[in-house]
Amino acid sequence: MKRKDLLGIRELECGEILEILDTAESMKELSSRPIKKVPTLRGKTIINLFFEASTRTRTSFEIAGKWLSADVVNVSMSNSSVSKGETLIDTARTLDSMSADCVVIRHASSGAPHTIARMTKARVINGGDGAHEHPTQALLDALTIRQHKSGLSGLKVAIVGDIAHSRVARSNIHLLTKFGSDVWACSAPTLMPVKMDELLTENQERLHLTHSMDEALDQADVIMMLRVQFERMNESFFPSVREYFRYYGLSRERATRAKPEAIIMHPGPINRGVEITSEVADGPFSVILDQVASGVAVRMAILYLMVGV
Amino acid sequence: MTLKTNYQLMNADEMRGTLDRLADEILAAHDGRPLVLVGIQRRGVPMAQRLAKTMAEKANVQSQLGILDINLYRDDLTHVAVQPIVRRTELPPQIDDKDVILIDDVLYTGRTVGAALRALTDFGRMRTIQLAVFVDRGHRELPVEANFTGRKIPTKDNEVVEVRLTEVDGEDAIYVMETE
Amino acid sequence: MDLVIKSGRLIDPARGIDAVVDVVVRDGKIASIGKANVPDIPQFDATGLIVAPGFFDIHVHLREPGTEEAETIASGGAAAVAGGFAAVAAMPNTKPPNDNPSITSYIISEARRSSPALVFPIGAVTREQKGETLAEIGEMVEAGIVGISDDGKPVMDGRLFRRALEYAQLFNLPVIQHCEDLNLSKGGVMHEGVYSTRLGLKGIPSSAEDTMVSRDLILAETTGGKYHVAHLSTRRAVEMVRQAKAQGLNITAEVTPHHFTLTDAAVAEYDTNAKMNPPLRSQDDVDALRKGIADGTIDAIASDHAPHHSNLKMLEFDRAPFGITGLETAVGLAFTELQLPIGRLIEMFAINPQKIMRVAPWGLFEGSGAHLTILDPKRQWKFDVSQSRSKSRNSPFHGREMTGKAVATIVHGKVVYEDRS
Repeated sequence: MKRKDLLGIRELECGEILEILDTAESMKELSSRPIKKVPTLRGKTIINLFFEASTRTRTSFEIAGKWLSADVVNVSMSNSSVSKGETLIDTARTLDSMSADCVVIRHASSGAPHTIARMTKARVINGGDGAHEHPTQALLDALTIRQHKSGLSGLKVAIVGDIAHSRVARSNIHLLTKFGSDVWACSAPTLMPVKMDELLTENQERLHLTHSMDEALDQADVIMMLRVQFERMNESFFPSVREYFRYYGLSRERATRAKPEAIIMHPGPINRGVEITSEVADGPFSVILDQVASGVAVRMAILYLMVGV
Repeated sequence: MTLKTNYQLMNADEMRGTLDRLADEILAAHDGRPLVLVGIQRRGVPMAQRLAKTMAEKANVQSQLGILDINLYRDDLTHVAVQPIVRRTELPPQIDDKDVILIDDVLYTGRTVGAALRALTDFGRMRTIQLAVFVDRGHRELPVEANFTGRKIPTKDNEVVEVRLTEVDGEDAIYVMETE
Repeated sequence: MDLVIKSGRLIDPARGIDAVVDVVVRDGKIASIGKANVPDIPQFDATGLIVAPGFFDIHVHLREPGTEEAETIASGGAAAVAGGFAAVAAMPNTKPPNDNPSITSYIISEARRSSPALVFPIGAVTREQKGETLAEIGEMVEAGIVGISDDGKPVMDGRLFRRALEYAQLFNLPVIQHCEDLNLSKGGVMHEGVYSTRLGLKGIPSSAEDTMVSRDLILAETTGGKYHVAHLSTRRAVEMVRQAKAQGLNITAEVTPHHFTLTDAAVAEYDTNAKMNPPLRSQDDVDALRKGIADGTIDAIASDHAPHHSNLKMLEFDRAPFGITGLETAVGLAFTELQLPIGRLIEMFAINPQKIMRVAPWGLFEGSGAHLTILDPKRQWKFDVSQSRSKSRNSPFHGREMTGKAVATIVHGKVVYEDRS
């Protein structure tokens, strides 16, 4: 990978994305081997710098690195070190003194990985920053979609939930529109970002915004549900869980509006009964578990492409 | 880096004849135990397929096929100009105690075979591992030799041996090229 | 201090002066204006340059007392005169805040001791700037404040702000409001618009400023108080001020150079040197501000110089403090970005600020304190932040090329800054 850092999907070209997906495809079989290890990244140091708790993404990166024989170190930056005045530049300098080859950063502030990337020699992977982007999630979602729909073009993808605060939504919108699919972003009016109709600088016509879940799901090939955060209730984005589920929750009935073979996706962890029912989440069209498997493959591919040479 | 053709080593007929002879040699050495032909990506794969077919036609010997991509096991990644594409690896599930023949188009430094051996050890404990190659062009950097060799030729450092197979390249031919 | 400024073009719009003559200063005061031949006192050659009443930046954060690592009264004063400002008005959000006469007196005496620029303190509206009860405004007037503000923050409580507008009339003090409805802006770190959505950052909507401007204008009208809007940044706010003035209300407004120069696009790759409050807004807002400057709706240009130690600006965008420096780039940006007649520029930097604040006026008249700003509208220069006199480096204008500069600043007849390069 020619780029020093993987900070977002917005700036990637289709060729770069396909390189990652094709490599991930080839690496998938590692998970079915008796010895899940290849020596490719032996001697490389990968640091998971998580300023925001996340078992799922962190574990996925950890497994990916370890299967590639890298030395993976998990660093949880708790809020206390932040309040002790430790700045990003201190963190970046520490990384360089540890000779880290690659750093995966998850942070609650948009742009934090960009700031660190400017200040460190290590290659930086954005594991999710604020409401900005979560590129590896969009890539694993793309791998999953490609697996089930034999391609990424010409699909109707509905993304439903808290669009305003979702980095997963943004990254997916960038990726899917780049490949020629139409994305329907659906949320309550309070959860739709201002000027969302100008989010993209190209392919803007492929992004459709709606407050109606029925409209979004109508003949969709892919339904992607986003996680609801309960703090949003306290900030008056919506009044209650019951009301949220009524208008924006995915039930089996609602799902029938989509194409019969539509797949159901969710970045996890799911709030059963809030944005999605157990029936749908565990049902035959849910590919949520495939997403997790794709996650390890995609992260292995990215680590290989970034650090492998 | 531009390549110019020095000469054609083999044409399609000669290649068929060579593969045929390799099949005979493998069959002669075969003692009846289960055989796995593992083609090294990329051109070892169609080679393995052709050998398996020939051996089945000649002596009704059924062998299993496997595909091995060695890029995750290379020890010389830093010396490769462009990051190699990682392709599929697929081996039969029960590979313990089987006889494996690694199949590749060109044997040169021996590093590819070294990486292949490292890869195979992660899949189980095979009874034996042998090597069959179309062309051995010398210049070994590791103590590796082929058990079955199609043609052995001396080459210069700046030469490249290109084995073309219809399944991948649209034609059957072997050329020796030179970098300018 | 005695000085004669020779052959400069004197421009004082308040006194209708525009002539090439000399200025003789005796004992720090202007003794005469006219052709002079006084070889025995120091000469300042102002040939080809403009001599204006000393510029007055009415919105500056000097950070002393309390945050001296970012700026002190001494360094802020040095930065001010380097920018062509003979005087600054210092906002009260220091640590502790200037909400009582002893802090006011401290600032004044420290300025006298160490600052090359005149420093006029602005007092807080409320105790500790908490927005709950009035500060001892009268006591602070005795000590020397020239206006009141809770800047940094708004006075959210309408009833309290009404009281402030009423009470301040006793002293003919301007009440300066940082207009921001804290509930509407909560959590925001940049202008709410296309860029905040693309960058995934929480936005500060224009409505946060507009709703408060609207409320304040009504309170100003109903109380008759002297109301000044700090750092205007939105189209709607400019329009409301225009209408209020048309109605004859006692309203004034200021704008910062960064608000008429940059838009929210400047945040780009999360550059914290583009983070301030109110935030950089859209091109449409910038256009409206420029129009407001041109047609007189906006009275003054003030820098809102807000120094922060570089450690603090090297944080993630969400956590970096709001504010940029501005004393040394204000005049250059005004010359370069606005195509104003020189008289209007001098009005906005020198004349109107004196009318807004409660100060004894200075200008090009006999008996005035000799506080002058010497300008070269044609000087090409580039701002190098590493050479800044401020202790802080948080400026988005490093490397910016400008045409027009204040090339000398004179305070009490002393040349406290000169750039002859």
